[in-house]
Amino acid sequence: MTKNRVRPTGPIGSDGVINQEPKKRQELADYMSGLNLGDDRDRNRGFLIQCLHKAQELFGYLPESVQLFVADRLGLHLSEVYGVISFYSYFTTVPVGRYRINVCMGTACFVRGADRVLEEFKRHLGIDDGETSENGKFSLGGLRCVGACSLAPVVMVNDKVYGNVAPDKVPDIINDCQ
Amino acid sequence: MIKMTINDRQVQVDASATVLQAARKIGIDIPTLCHLELDCFEVEHRMGSCRVCVVEIEGRPNLAPACCTPVLEGMVVRTNTMRAINARRTILDLLLSDHPKDCLTCEKNGNCNLQELAGELGLHRILYSGEMSNYPVDLANESIVRDLNKCIMCRRCETACNTMQTVGILSGVRRGFEAVVAPSEERPLSDTKCVFCGQCVAACPVGALSAMNRTYDVWRALNDPDKTVVVQTAPAVRVAVGEEFGLEPGTIATGKLVAALRHLGFDKVFDTDFAADLTIMEETTELIGRLKKSENLPILTSCCPGWVKFFEHQFPGLIHIPSTAKSPQQMFGAVAKSYYAEKIGVQPENLVVVSVMPCLAKKYEASREEFSRNGVRDVDIVISTRELASMCKEAGVVFEHLEDEDFDRPLGESSGAGVIFGASGGVLEAALRTTADWLAGEDLSNLDFVEVRGMKGIRDATVTVAGMELKVAISSGLGNARRLLESIQKGEAEYHAIEIMACPGGCLNGGGQPYIHGDTKILEKRRQAIYREDANKPVRKSHLNPDIQKLYQEFLGEPGSPRAHELLHTKYNPRNNF
Amino acid sequence: MIENAKHLREHALELGMRQAKGPRTRILVSMGTCGIAADTEPVLAALREEISRRDLQDVFEVVETGCMGLCHSEPSIEVVDGVEGTMTLYGNVVPGQAAAIIEAGPYEAAGVEVLERTWYCPENEENTNGALQARVVLRNSGRIDPENLDSYLIAGGYQGLARALTEMSPEEVGGEVRESGLRGRGGGGFPTGMKWGFAAARKARDKFVVCNADEGDPGAFMDRAVLEGDPHCVLEAMAIAGYAVGASQGIIYIRAEYPLAIKRLRKAIEQARENGFLGSGIMGGKFSFDIDIKYGAGAFVCGEETALIHSIEGHRGEPTFKPPFPAVSGLWKAPTVVNNVETFANVPAIIRRGADWFKQIGLPECTGTKVFALAGKVSKVGLVEVPMGATLHDIVYGVGGGIRDGREFKAVQTGGPSGGCLKADHLQTPITYETLRALDSMMGSGGMIVMDSDDCMVNVAKFFLDFTLDESCGKCTPCRIGNKRLHEMLTEVCAGRGTQETLAKLKNLSHTIKDTALCGLGQTSPNPVLSTMLQFEDEYREHIEDKKCRAGVCRHLISYVINDDCVGCTLCARNCPVDCISGQRREKHEIDQDKCIKCGVCHSLCKFHAIDKR
Ligand SMILES: Cc1cc2nc3c(=O)[nH]c(=O)nc-3n(C[C@H](O)[C@H](O)[C@H](O)COP(=O)(O)O)c2cc1C
Ligand code: SF4
Ligand code: SF4
Ligand code: SF4
Ligand code: SF4
Ligand code: SF4
Ligand code: SF4
Ligand code: SF4
Ligand code: SF4
Ligand code: FES
Ligand code: FES
Ligand code: FES
Repeated sequence: MTKNRVRPTGPIGSDGVINQEPKKRQELADYMSGLNLGDDRDRNRGFLIQCLHKAQELFGYLPESVQLFVADRLGLHLSEVYGVISFYSYFTTVPVGRYRINVCMGTACFVRGADRVLEEFKRHLGIDDGETSENGKFSLGGLRCVGACSLAPVVMVNDKVYGNVAPDKVPDIINDCQ
Repeated sequence: MIKMTINDRQVQVDASATVLQAARKIGIDIPTLCHLELDCFEVEHRMGSCRVCVVEIEGRPNLAPACCTPVLEGMVVRTNTMRAINARRTILDLLLSDHPKDCLTCEKNGNCNLQELAGELGLHRILYSGEMSNYPVDLANESIVRDLNKCIMCRRCETACNTMQTVGILSGVRRGFEAVVAPSEERPLSDTKCVFCGQCVAACPVGALSAMNRTYDVWRALNDPDKTVVVQTAPAVRVAVGEEFGLEPGTIATGKLVAALRHLGFDKVFDTDFAADLTIMEETTELIGRLKKSENLPILTSCCPGWVKFFEHQFPGLIHIPSTAKSPQQMFGAVAKSYYAEKIGVQPENLVVVSVMPCLAKKYEASREEFSRNGVRDVDIVISTRELASMCKEAGVVFEHLEDEDFDRPLGESSGAGVIFGASGGVLEAALRTTADWLAGEDLSNLDFVEVRGMKGIRDATVTVAGMELKVAISSGLGNARRLLESIQKGEAEYHAIEIMACPGGCLNGGGQPYIHGDTKILEKRRQAIYREDANKPVRKSHLNPDIQKLYQEFLGEPGSPRAHELLHTKYNPRNNF
Repeated sequence: MIENAKHLREHALELGMRQAKGPRTRILVSMGTCGIAADTEPVLAALREEISRRDLQDVFEVVETGCMGLCHSEPSIEVVDGVEGTMTLYGNVVPGQAAAIIEAGPYEAAGVEVLERTWYCPENEENTNGALQARVVLRNSGRIDPENLDSYLIAGGYQGLARALTEMSPEEVGGEVRESGLRGRGGGGFPTGMKWGFAAARKARDKFVVCNADEGDPGAFMDRAVLEGDPHCVLEAMAIAGYAVGASQGIIYIRAEYPLAIKRLRKAIEQARENGFLGSGIMGGKFSFDIDIKYGAGAFVCGEETALIHSIEGHRGEPTFKPPFPAVSGLWKAPTVVNNVETFANVPAIIRRGADWFKQIGLPECTGTKVFALAGKVSKVGLVEVPMGATLHDIVYGVGGGIRDGREFKAVQTGGPSGGCLKADHLQTPITYETLRALDSMMGSGGMIVMDSDDCMVNVAKFFLDFTLDESCGKCTPCRIGNKRLHEMLTEVCAGRGTQETLAKLKNLSHTIKDTALCGLGQTSPNPVLSTMLQFEDEYREHIEDKKCRAGVCRHLISYVINDDCVGCTLCARNCPVDCISGQRREKHEIDQDKCIKCGVCHSLCKFHAIDKR
């Protein structure tokens, strides 16, 4: 489950996403001013991860300008924010596809052949796990146990769970994404 | 105190000690890589991540890292069992399996903790080879080269940059085998607010962080018949360079240094200390002006480019209070390319000014746009103390056997005040000497302001000069600078003058100095050498330097004159704080 | 607002009576993430619809509960009749069966699959029918409405807290937990009472109680079931812990992948605050305690307690060396008790019923129960809770109904990526922390994956290393680089390129990693390798010497070949993803071995068993 990483071009924050979406920017600002922030930088840092969750929920990903916004308000260095983002697999700095296909890579699914299912998806979509197709439609990834082990192997497309997915079901699932 | 046993020997240590400290106390060495302690700066980097220091402790199922295991009463430790040694060897094997074994061409060759460890552990073959990391080398700035393929993830640089300097450039990024230390989005340093102080380089045990090497450019200039090549050497270089040649730390090697530079072929060997005196002339004039008007105080020193870049990024609201005087290096360049070039009848573009600096930020400073005129840089090439040493070795200069020689004039003449620029507190003391004389209007005999000397990160003092009480503060290390500035911003403290140096301890601990590998006693020896050099000087006040006086008479007029302003002062630009 | 302990008891009694007077039949519908994924929502809708169509709201009450643990038969529902006293469990219910179920009421509906009710024994019942399962942790999951505080109160909720606050001193509470012998269910098995004692002994302005709900072990979902099915019990336990150690702030660190659990927890916290079970002056007394939720963001290592603390502090989730232990210096350097969800879930019952009661369950040195997420090739996949000391056989064959499709049992993997494999020889071993460790495995958090002859043990070891590699924080050398090398060597073995030297190196490196890694992740990551090498040495040997994978999993070591049974139906050729099967209709087909990617599609499609896997 390696993550997609594209080193941004242009000066820091020049993606400008934060300003292209003033409503979301405002919502993020409101969320952060609602936090119980104090003078203690270390304590404020405790809000970082939830702010990143909120920001990713709003913008779909965490481009540099958004990171900068969060860093600024919490009084953190940009590097600290990026260090955290790049640590947690939940966060992404590049946009993800409209359909996020996640193959469960938990043990129960694995012993029922989830790796083959993932291979099939890779082949059909022409992308590796952790990648997004060029048209921005699909992202492929793995996740660990959705807690539906009885239906193993399990595939999640956005919030929808597909159970008992044999490799030959893969094209159907892709076709479902319309 | 507690009692414990290490390798069957009894040892009594403080209850707060680690196993490593206890072992070293009785002369047992345990190898370390990630651990770094800079006691005099209260920096303690106990990452416990490399695991080369593992030892056996009775009653514990696993080996324990000596560097971060606290001692306990009755603890029984073995450092040299088969199990521990084999484990260390395997750890080293793993480190090398993901390490380019480029020692022969590595900047760190001969100075590398990993190389040394490999020698000590006698690993003759790498068993566990496999995929290696592959990162592009960051060569995009003037000062620092980052080759993360050599990074062993000790994270010492992170502590240096974030905890000690609070610049906050470096963070661990990603995880697992892909984990590495990098700026945000893994951008090159040139995109960030890095101040190029080089403290990360000084902390790095291997060649992952190193100085941008410019020795080749120097050789080329020296061998160009159309160029006149002059060199300036900074105050802190002379008390450290000898270490590279096996001289005792704290040896004053000024005369040998001059001789070595002549051997290398420089046309003139000058001294940055001369320019340091010049700096004092300008800065003191500014200070007295502000004191008289009682405005725009405190004045902050501005001779450290790391510090200058730091406040431009992180305290843009304060950019009106630092002195506008250029740093000695740049004053030297400006004077050399005008006054001196004119004097010897050489076009500025044919005069090459080389600096030998304890500092990596000086490399970047010399490249700042405002420090060139008509496309000609005031200072053309900056090399570090270490680079100079390597040039000597390349050229077969047997440094330790050289006879002492003297600097050339006029730009080589300096006072004791110029020398102490190399230690934290020195700039301020030099300024106080001149301030006192000028305010009193006489040549005062009391010129040692010992209260401003020392290694402590933040110091303050109230000194009486000509019946006037001056409150001064000194800080070295940018973390301390930040704390000091914040306390001023909050109105918790008021001062008239503040000296700030980016490197803890000042330039004697610059990022371009010989590596100390955590041995801070070396720094103290360098510091004492600097003050000895000062004490030995016949002239110890900047304004009494005869060549400085002559420079003003012949060329600049008064301190603070329009000409002085044009050549010796600068402006600061607020920069992005990310 | 509950004013005091007495008020609580009276209130609970009154609620119970009110419920008894309500609709006579309650239909419990398993609505955990698992149930919802198995399409329980339409069943629920159909039941509601049926009831209102018949206007039987006074007779039937539909209760959305948490997980019943019957993964193998989801959607599952239970019909509890207050008059007849019957309890009927239905499995694999489809919406079309709603009418029959309502029709039957307290009696078994025809045409609907009825599950054995001996499946488990709830905490509050005498185990008379020899049920293998004893439910303490999951006592309420699947039995109460997790979003309804009253439902919890009727089941004895907050009585433990009330007892602690009114009848016991903090020391006595800690003592009771110590006496009960409860050990940490997060994997390490550290005595909980002792841990609380360390924190209680510290003098500090701030102290914290942290609930570790990170549950990152792939294939484990015990904690999720508790949080979704009985969130209040965790809150109650945390407040009890807070009282015992002198903390006033609790934090639940939960993985972001559990949205339903998060939702239910938030709701529960709100309800608890409104009713005086959390907040200042709990139940009218002096003790104050509140709880915050913090979210993980996809990092298994954040389950490790020091990493978890760093994550809460907003840092990268990198572990640090212990000592200092969190109970001495944890969150923001304050004494911090970190316990697992399941550990906490035991606490209210222990305080309510006493240590002596708890000690009767399980073994003397290992008291209480353990929840396992039983999955893999077993017939009845599910969440099971058994007394400590139950044997693997009890679980796999008793509760789990044996291996699916009548295949042969090969191994059970316990402890997830930190654990190891047990084989048939170990089926009778009573399960405790110690017995598993003696077999190079681990109790871990409770994942239990059953494997059959289709599973290649080398590949299983490689799978777990894949996981570790992905989840290692990368801080220390042995784990960051060592596990990478182990993985590379296993890949070599799976590809048929391994040698005897590879095996020796695997073993040596594994031992060094265990011996030197900084945190529990690295210290246990080689376990799957070592234990499979120990238990299934012959399989490793076959991969190396004979270049064979007997399970037919390692692709480099298998090939698909069409035999003479082929009738030329062309089905395989039409479906081969790389078009490497050729042949005329009604003639024997052939596979181009150079092109075949060994996906196995042809093999599984051929209706004539004409494709051999070698
Ligand atoms: C790599 C690693 C992952 C862990 N993951 C979890 C986890 O997901 N949940 C958990 O409760 N404990 C986990 N633990 C154990 C915790 O570190 C800690 O021991 C536990 O939360 C203590 O609670 P307990 O005493 O109640 O078991 C993990 C440990 C390690 C080394
Ligand atoms: S970093 Fe050290 S070990 Fe690595 S190549 Fe350079 S000198 Fe050799
Ligand atoms: S030590 Fe060996 S490898 Fe290194 S330079 Fe000498 S001969 Fe070459
Ligand atoms: S040079 Fe100084 S500021 Fe730049 S990364 Fe290194 S320590 Fe940080
Ligand atoms: S760059 Fe150097 S100091 Fe920094 S982590 Fe790597 S090896 Fe250590
Ligand atoms: S203190 Fe000296 S060596 Fe350090 S950055 Fe400043 S000028 Fe350079
Ligand atoms: S063992 Fe692994 S997870 Fe633990 S600290 Fe080391 S690298 Fe990180
Ligand atoms: S599916 Fe079976 S029978 Fe049909 S062509 Fe293929 S091998 Fe022959
Ligand atoms: S295994 Fe897959 S690739 Fe190979 S022949 Fe069969 S269908 Fe084609
Ligand atoms: S392992 Fe896939 S859902 Fe649990
Ligand atoms: S020196 Fe002790 S772990 Fe690195
Ligand atoms: S039914 Fe809930 S976990 Fe299986």
